[in-house]
Amino acid sequence: MTILIILIPVTLSMGAFGLAAFFWSLRNGQYEDLSGDAERILHDDDVPLKSLNSTSRMIVTKETKR
Amino acid sequence: MVFGHSAAEERSGTAAGSPLNLAQSRAAVRVDDNGRGRCILSVPGIKCGACVAKVERALNARDDVVYARANLTLHQATIVLEGPDTDPMPMIQTLAALGYAATPVQSGADTAPDPTGKGLLRALAVAGFGAMNIMLLSVGVWSGADGQTRETFHLVSALIAVPVVLYAGQPFFRSAVSALRRRQLNMDVPIALAVALALVLSLFETVQGGDHVFFDAAVTLLFFLLTGRYFDHLMRERARSAVSGLAKLSPRGAMLRDEDGSLTYALLESITPGMTLSIAPGERVPLDLEILSGNSDLDRSLVTGESMAVAIGPGDMIEAGALNLTGVIDGRVLRSSDDSFLAQMIRMQSNAEAGRANYVRIADRAARLYAPVVHLLALITFIGWMLVTGGDWQTSLFIAISVLIITCPCALGLAVPVAHVVAAGRLMRMGVLMKDGAALERMAEIDHVVFDKTGTLTTGTPRLGNIPDDPVMRSGAKALAVRSGHPAARAIASGLHDNPSDVTCHTEVPGFGVEGLIEGRRARLGRAEWVAEIADVAAGAGSPAFGFEHCPSVSFDLAETLRDGAIEAVTDMKNAGFSVALLSGDMEDRAKAVATALGIDDIHYGATPADKIDILRTGLRGGHRPLMVGDGLNDAAALAAAHVSMAPSTASDAGRTAADFVFLRDTLDAVPDTWKVARDTARIVRQNFALAIAYNCIAIPLAVAGLVTPLIAALAMSGSSIIVIGNALRLNKAGARTREKPASHVKRKETPA
Repeated sequence: MTILIILIPVTLSMGAFGLAAFFWSLRNGQYEDLSGDAERILHDDDVPLKSLNSTSRMIVTKETKR
Repeated sequence: MVFGHSAAEERSGTAAGSPLNLAQSRAAVRVDDNGRGRCILSVPGIKCGACVAKVERALNARDDVVYARANLTLHQATIVLEGPDTDPMPMIQTLAALGYAATPVQSGADTAPDPTGKGLLRALAVAGFGAMNIMLLSVGVWSGADGQTRETFHLVSALIAVPVVLYAGQPFFRSAVSALRRRQLNMDVPIALAVALALVLSLFETVQGGDHVFFDAAVTLLFFLLTGRYFDHLMRERARSAVSGLAKLSPRGAMLRDEDGSLTYALLESITPGMTLSIAPGERVPLDLEILSGNSDLDRSLVTGESMAVAIGPGDMIEAGALNLTGVIDGRVLRSSDDSFLAQMIRMQSNAEAGRANYVRIADRAARLYAPVVHLLALITFIGWMLVTGGDWQTSLFIAISVLIITCPCALGLAVPVAHVVAAGRLMRMGVLMKDGAALERMAEIDHVVFDKTGTLTTGTPRLGNIPDDPVMRSGAKALAVRSGHPAARAIASGLHDNPSDVTCHTEVPGFGVEGLIEGRRARLGRAEWVAEIADVAAGAGSPAFGFEHCPSVSFDLAETLRDGAIEAVTDMKNAGFSVALLSGDMEDRAKAVATALGIDDIHYGATPADKIDILRTGLRGGHRPLMVGDGLNDAAALAAAHVSMAPSTASDAGRTAADFVFLRDTLDAVPDTWKVARDTARIVRQNFALAIAYNCIAIPLAVAGLVTPLIAALAMSGSSIIVIGNALRLNKAGARTREKPASHVKRKETPA
């Protein structure tokens, strides 16, 4: 049963990782507008990527920065 | 759903560009950390993802907007502006052009994020984490782990359970301690006790190397109860944000007239008696005033319940809350905002609410019976086992505590909130906002219904009762009527279907009427005495009248329009066995006319706010439980004094605050519909209590006999909680039929010409 010494910490750290991820998403306002976010995915403007440098970053700022 | 659409429209239709609104929207801008302006707009029209996209695209396209984001849940749009001084008014106009009425959200309370909800969600996550991990270890123990392995499992469980219970149990421990301090018992007392005892007992057993630990029961219990509590909180939070999203009717500031005649905006708190204010047509009177100059008509329907506008002129005193209709008036402030009529009403309202604070919720009433019984039972078990085992206090204590754990009112604690959350969701789909679960309990207990007249049973907009026979008079009257914003003129304009005659050089005399030249003849429409100056008005003829110079005049008869569904609502409530009364601040004949049309026999007219409270209190003392339905400022105190109260979304701010339910649909059907939901919910709650008690009847004998193992405890508790939740969800199914009536179908009011 010595395997438990490894398995229990592994289980717990997996659970704790999930918990930490949840807290992170809560702090980042992921739960502030649940019904809005569900609909938003259907209505996003598809902005074509002009190039992979700074111009596209500006669009991202305007749409998604909090 | 349309939240207060018509009210917002009415406002933007008449006073969108007024200096007061400009100043108010400017005052709503907050400066954030980056030195940018931040403004939150309440946009009730955001109803779907397409609205979100439309609003954001329109706002983000503007150069002065750094970033805009719409929130569908709260019906709000957050805008970050280029600089701290950017004026948000153009954005409100941009939204108005798209068809979205927007009002700036001002007070800090409305914009603050929801810390309680986040705290509960965090506790819920921690409890969920603990419950899953401990259950995993418990399964190992139940499937036969023993010796060193079992002790290790117990130890790990203890290491998880102690911090989890200390963190996630806080809401229950706090509530239980504060109830005990007040020398009362609520549902949280037995819950907190059972959880704490389960933890202490299990720790003791772990140290001793015993067989039975209840860590899983304690943490799972917390998880279930926190779920119920979180949903309960979410329900209230949604209702609160929806109510605060309704357009505010009373102004938060006023335009000060300086000595040189210029206007400046000032917040209400900074205005002192003696200052001069200017009020444009379409604005609400912010403070009690004495008029210095200007004539106008005043709509006092929200203040006193009078349905017809009154003419005012220099020297008249006017109360805060009334709506200025036709002319610009300047007035001297009589009282500061703390002493105004509005503030007096709010004080009366908070006094009236004191009575309602004595109401004890069903769950707490149950706890007051339940807690002493189970605690006594545990004591008897302890004494009994002491006698049987001949003084083995460890075994006796273990069994006594297991009685407390198994009787922990988990199902009882969920029985009420889950049913209320489901009912609140059903009500919200019907366009009714519920402020609090206690309101639903009180609604199910009513035996008497009291309606206010103006704005509740009637729409507040008058309707033309008679139509003159002479077509020349009809088109003449219509021609003058379309040129005024007075409600009586609007009623005449919409009641006459002739083509208006041509009018030259018309003038509106605020407080009197409209005068103009129709095909070269002078004509007046307005107050009978004023029309009599040029035309022949029969003695005793009513107002408004219309006449050409030197010709006989005609008088128009204005009747009040009943709200849609008023007759059905009154009949429904009568059929359900309730007595119905009318309680109006208006004059006798108008109150009686409406009462006769609806078949109400019990009429009180000319009632002041104090009279209204007295009438309700007399009823309450006589053992009645009245439901009050009202909208005005004068009803606010009565709404708070009644056993339970409802207000339409067009009600005054104070009325909406005081009422337990706010209905957003225009029809009065909401009253019987809400009562029916309350009745169904009360039935489900009773069934849930019966289920919880049945569970205890099985579990308690087992526990007293000392047969309860942690496995049985875990099964019994989860099982009973799930049954109770499942039963409450049936409420949703029963609501499926009413759901077909769309809540968003609010009839739009005609916008003034």
